[in-house]
Amino acid sequence: MARMTMIEAIRDAQDVAMSRDEKVVVFGQDVGYFGGVFRCTKGLQEKYGLQRCFDTPINESGIVGAAVGMGAYGLRPCVEIQFADYMYPAFDQIVSEAARLRHRSNKDFTAPLTIRMPTGGGIYGGQTHSQSPEALFAHVSGLKTMIPSNPYDAKGMLIAAIEDDDPVVFLEPKRLYNGPFDGYHEKAVTPWSKHELGEVPEGHYTVPVGKAAIRRPGEAVTILAYGTMVHVALAAAEETGIDAEVVDLRSIVPLDMETIEASVRKTGRCVVVHEATLTAGFGAELVALISQHCFWHLQAPPIRVTGYDTPYPHAHEWEYFPGPVRVGAALKTVMEAS
Amino acid sequence: MATNRIFSLHVPEPECRPGDTPDFSKFEVPVAGEVVRPPVDVDAEDIHDHAYDIIRVLDDDGKAVGPWAEGLEDDEALKGLRDMMTVRSFDSRMLMAQRQGKTSFYMQALGEEAVSCAFQAALSPGDMNFPTYRQQGLLVTSGYPMLDMMNQIYSNSADPLHGRQLPIMYSSKEHGFFSISGNLGTQFIQAVGWAMASAINGDSKIAAGWIGDGATAESDFHSALVFASTFRAPCILNIVNNQWAISTFQGIARGRAATFASRGLGFGIPSLRVDGNDFYAVYAVAKWAAERAHLGHGATLIEHVTYRAGPHSTSDDPSGYRPKTEAADWPLGDPIARLKQHCIARGIWSEERHEQAQAEIDSEVIRTQKEAEKNGTLHDGPRASPRDMFEDVFKELPPHLKRQRQEAGI
Ligand SMILES: Cc1ncc(C[n+]2csc(CCOP(=O)(O)OP(=O)(O)O)c2C)c(N)n1
Ligand SMILES: [Mg+2]
Repeated sequence: MARMTMIEAIRDAQDVAMSRDEKVVVFGQDVGYFGGVFRCTKGLQEKYGLQRCFDTPINESGIVGAAVGMGAYGLRPCVEIQFADYMYPAFDQIVSEAARLRHRSNKDFTAPLTIRMPTGGGIYGGQTHSQSPEALFAHVSGLKTMIPSNPYDAKGMLIAAIEDDDPVVFLEPKRLYNGPFDGYHEKAVTPWSKHELGEVPEGHYTVPVGKAAIRRPGEAVTILAYGTMVHVALAAAEETGIDAEVVDLRSIVPLDMETIEASVRKTGRCVVVHEATLTAGFGAELVALISQHCFWHLQAPPIRVTGYDTPYPHAHEWEYFPGPVRVGAALKTVMEAS
Repeated sequence: MATNRIFSLHVPEPECRPGDTPDFSKFEVPVAGEVVRPPVDVDAEDIHDHAYDIIRVLDDDGKAVGPWAEGLEDDEALKGLRDMMTVRSFDSRMLMAQRQGKTSFYMQALGEEAVSCAFQAALSPGDMNFPTYRQQGLLVTSGYPMLDMMNQIYSNSADPLHGRQLPIMYSSKEHGFFSISGNLGTQFIQAVGWAMASAINGDSKIAAGWIGDGATAESDFHSALVFASTFRAPCILNIVNNQWAISTFQGIARGRAATFASRGLGFGIPSLRVDGNDFYAVYAVAKWAAERAHLGHGATLIEHVTYRAGPHSTSDDPSGYRPKTEAADWPLGDPIARLKQHCIARGIWSEERHEQAQAEIDSEVIRTQKEAEKNGTLHDGPRASPRDMFEDVFKELPPHLKRQRQEAGI
């Protein structure tokens, strides 16, 4: 066991995957010699050589397209898109190619690739370094979409993603890279070394794909969250004193409906939170599923707390970011209803 | 039968890395004044070599030599020098302001000032740049107020973009400066579209696209070339080859092609390389390309050969991927020092006047900065109302955004 930041855990996951399977290759912009602008691939080129970890031209479509070709050949590419905000040029390769290859070729060809990308806000990155596009991926058949909330999960989930035989979009909440973040930006950053989920086992382990984790058991209301918002949800529960059960989804496709249903049936109330914009966000899917499957157990209408339907702002980041105050207010509202 | 080779993947690497001695011995510096100045209606195939040579006007003594040495008047040379000095002084103050926490982010144009300052001097009012984030010289040269630039950087109450955009992502239609996007390459093709519109509309304005060496790898770069070629769009397509794309050396984007400019040849677009640290040469080549566009001959591709002397941005530390002294060894020198030397050689400038100008510029930048800070900085003082987040998403605020704004209580 070692205490790791999320960056170190992600690096370690790739290291473990590369050492166990020489078919794993890692590439993307600045990931080779420099080890990535967030340093998530630091040292991998030195350890595994240029052939297995290298810099690419700045062409996201090329990065994912090449990965599809390599995956079809039989390699397991794990590629980095420098920011999720820059994945759009690759969208065609992801949606029309990687996601459908298995189906359209009757499994003659598959795309066992992992596409890593930093996601989310909290770093004054403005509209081109803060987006949370998970719903765009979740909407596509044939893609798995994962979002870890801590170093332990990040490593175990990334190893699972790389070993998965289907394409996985692996969204890394960049605001969590160096420590848990509960939305209070003026507080000093707590490092992962002070957090129990910063404890990361050495070597190989996986976190099962599509399995949620309960971060705080509770009886009064269920909060469904992933990524950074898990920590915000925990802070909101703490502050309001409301006995919320915080469910960290970890993977949105596939989705752990069993855990979600059990929790909502128990509490009868639900708040869904994400940083991404509201309209047609993944929260809409969650609320639809809850309405259908837990309807007779609900004591209040579910509420979504999300980013607003505007481009991600620069100066007004903290008015935009759905922090603990907004989540807390939603908790009170669902508790007051009926 | 020949036996098949066992493959291994070729991955290009730069000549030197941290700890090595910088080595530009393979970079041949052509003699100033030797490249022919063709007529502006020339066909791409007739100036094939221009995509591989480097057009240079200022020689080692600062004299303007050769066929491209024409058109830069005394006052224009002095204005160019002042503009470049202003950009550098502005950059250094704003870099410091970022370090002091007054803004979140900054990007300098250090060492590349001639490219945008000289280019803008060759445009006419109404022409439109589609710039990258490193072309602040276009704004400074076009007379855009430094105060507005600083207000934007500070995201303060007078920020023309109301705190919506990252620092340095300026926008000014009035000054021919299209709104900067953080997404690389997207605007290269938009410049061509703007130029096509100018043609459709029977206008006489031209557009200029901008892209970095690294970003030429994006598909949009190729989109721009094919549209510009097919529709003979009245535009100038600029590649700023500053040798680096964050940590990646230019060989990663260039592959085995000898130059970035040579990419244009396959599209039948006249393509030229110019010494990007030679203000005079950039100006002359830009004038040539503008005239070409104005006369209806279509697009020109220009590769500006320069060097990114500073870090990529305030988030970057180049000592992790290139030798610390590489910038100092860059064989094309410093653009400000070279134009200064030229102006002195021309008899219109002196060391004393230079020093005096430097002091004036620095104090003007500092004075403007103080004024800007009265309008607030990112974390202190006044700024746009958060209500503003909801404005301009659409022309009119739709009901769902009205509701969200109400719920936000702002
Ligand atoms: C589509 C897209 N991909 C990646 C990035 C991240 N990024 C920002 S600048 C940069 C390097 C660009 O290098 P170059 O084009 O040479 O321009 P320079 O910074 O040298 O001026 C990268 C990879 C981005 N902004 N947009
Ligand atoms: Mg560059």
